[in-house]
Amino acid sequence: MSKRIGMEIALAAAEAVALCRPEVIAAYPITPNTHIPEHLSDIVADGRLDAEFICVESEHTALSACCGASGAGARAFTATSSQGLAYMTEIIPIASAMRLPIVMIIGNRALSGPINIWNDQSDVMYQRDAGWISMFANNGQEVIDMAIQSFKIAEHRDVMLPVNLNLDGFQLTHVVEPMEMPDQAEVDSFLPSFKPLATLHPDKVVSMGTLGLPDIFNESMKAKDEVLKNSRKVILDVWKEWKQQFGRTYEPIESCRMKGAEIALVSMGSMGETAEVAVDELRKQGVPVGLLKLRLWRPFPFQDLKKAVKGVKVLVVLDRAVSFGGPGGPAFSEVRSALYNEPDKPFVMNEIIGLGGRDVRVEDFVEIIGKAQKALKTKPKEDYEIYGVRGS
Amino acid sequence: MVEIRWHGRGGQGAVTSVEMFALTAIEEGKFAQGFPSFGPERRGAPVAAFNRIDNKRIKVRSGIYKPDVVVVLDPSLMSTVNVIEGLKPDGILIVNTVESPAEVAKKTGFKGTVATVDAAHIAREELGVPITNTTMLGALMRATKLVKIESAETPLKNRFGRLAPRNIKAMTRAYNELKFSKAA
Repeated sequence: MSKRIGMEIALAAAEAVALCRPEVIAAYPITPNTHIPEHLSDIVADGRLDAEFICVESEHTALSACCGASGAGARAFTATSSQGLAYMTEIIPIASAMRLPIVMIIGNRALSGPINIWNDQSDVMYQRDAGWISMFANNGQEVIDMAIQSFKIAEHRDVMLPVNLNLDGFQLTHVVEPMEMPDQAEVDSFLPSFKPLATLHPDKVVSMGTLGLPDIFNESMKAKDEVLKNSRKVILDVWKEWKQQFGRTYEPIESCRMKGAEIALVSMGSMGETAEVAVDELRKQGVPVGLLKLRLWRPFPFQDLKKAVKGVKVLVVLDRAVSFGGPGGPAFSEVRSALYNEPDKPFVMNEIIGLGGRDVRVEDFVEIIGKAQKALKTKPKEDYEIYGVRGS
Repeated sequence: MVEIRWHGRGGQGAVTSVEMFALTAIEEGKFAQGFPSFGPERRGAPVAAFNRIDNKRIKVRSGIYKPDVVVVLDPSLMSTVNVIEGLKPDGILIVNTVESPAEVAKKTGFKGTVATVDAAHIAREELGVPITNTTMLGALMRATKLVKIESAETPLKNRFGRLAPRNIKAMTRAYNELKFSKAA
């Protein structure tokens, strides 16, 4: 039976990962994800989990060790943040190209510089095009649930891709709150053991990570793109099974207060929870505003987005990262591009918020919704704005 | 929803306080958050930590700027930090100090309810160290009546093991010895 617990979310994430019986965990500590591998190392040391915990000397090695372990047929897990994720960069597209179903939790934190240990989502956006399944959790419960779902999605024979699960650093990692923790039997019945297609073994030699000459490279990139797109079906199936077993609903985009909404916010991660409070308040005052929480980032949920924005006149995409010199924040860029060829599309504007731990309060979302109300009449001149910049 | 800000110094256990308080509320089936002021902490430097508590799921995830309650673990902070910043006028200020509630009200200029207890003295007697975080939990519970003091026993036992009974005793003494500026 699931049990209601109170716990720091990072520790709950570690407990949920342990319930998935990973066989190899390789990680290097970096704020703010540190409590996840730290707690997993406790769980292994206490004998509660039979896994190899590899204390590596860098994140590059952490992910390399996970690749080796996953290639050998082990269920492999790692976690990191910011510069640690950046240091993995060389191995990240290799893990997906080699079809290794590694699960990684990212405690999202700003990329340096200036050096900043606080939350934004620039770290994962830096890895956007690497061919991993990428998802965002809004709260502690979703971190637990999605950690368990991630292994099942990653290891499905039709997928065999790594997954990164994102939770906002500090805003989620360091918060104690109530959650439902499934028990071992429930997780065991939901998540079968990992059955790899091929394994690295001296008795039956296979090669993984070989050279791809120009005459095969286009095809291998096409294959990688196709498999990532097709993972959508498995993701939806796994979420359906989750709903059946645990009763909690997961969708690529979660719609809140969207009935009759002329204005809609698009959020990713924990900001959606605070934004929901602002949307509820304004709905009470008669403002026709709704909220779309984008959970699935890769593969991007095109069809869900197009359906969700029907009838919306102004869509405000909230980004927690900047694409310097680009068209706006990364989520904005994707959303606007996804809607560009639609006959009836909302005007899409972009507010970049909460960079490097800058707090975003309910009042800030109320102000942003006010800007969207103005945009119903007069379109803003700029495509995007970094919200709340002093002196501008 | 009730929002609480704790003031302490790095090493005094403010983060443990918010964790214990959140777990106590969760133990009762309530909803609660406990979180530190995000970022690096230095031993001895002023730090803050926060709680939210409600009977329904808490969605807001921003910082706390207008607390209903402020708890001060170290009396010296009253001269270095504006401990009543944003504190609601009808809120409660709870301070570990030898001073009376009236003296603290005068010193801080706070017009709402002030409650004081010599938590350092209690902690020294019961725990042997002037670490007041668990002691001040008792003061907070008495002043706010948000949770029952018995509900804190399980979280404290899980956290402190064989030292739990002494922490529970210190907490209970602060609960009983707290003095108020107004009847509460």
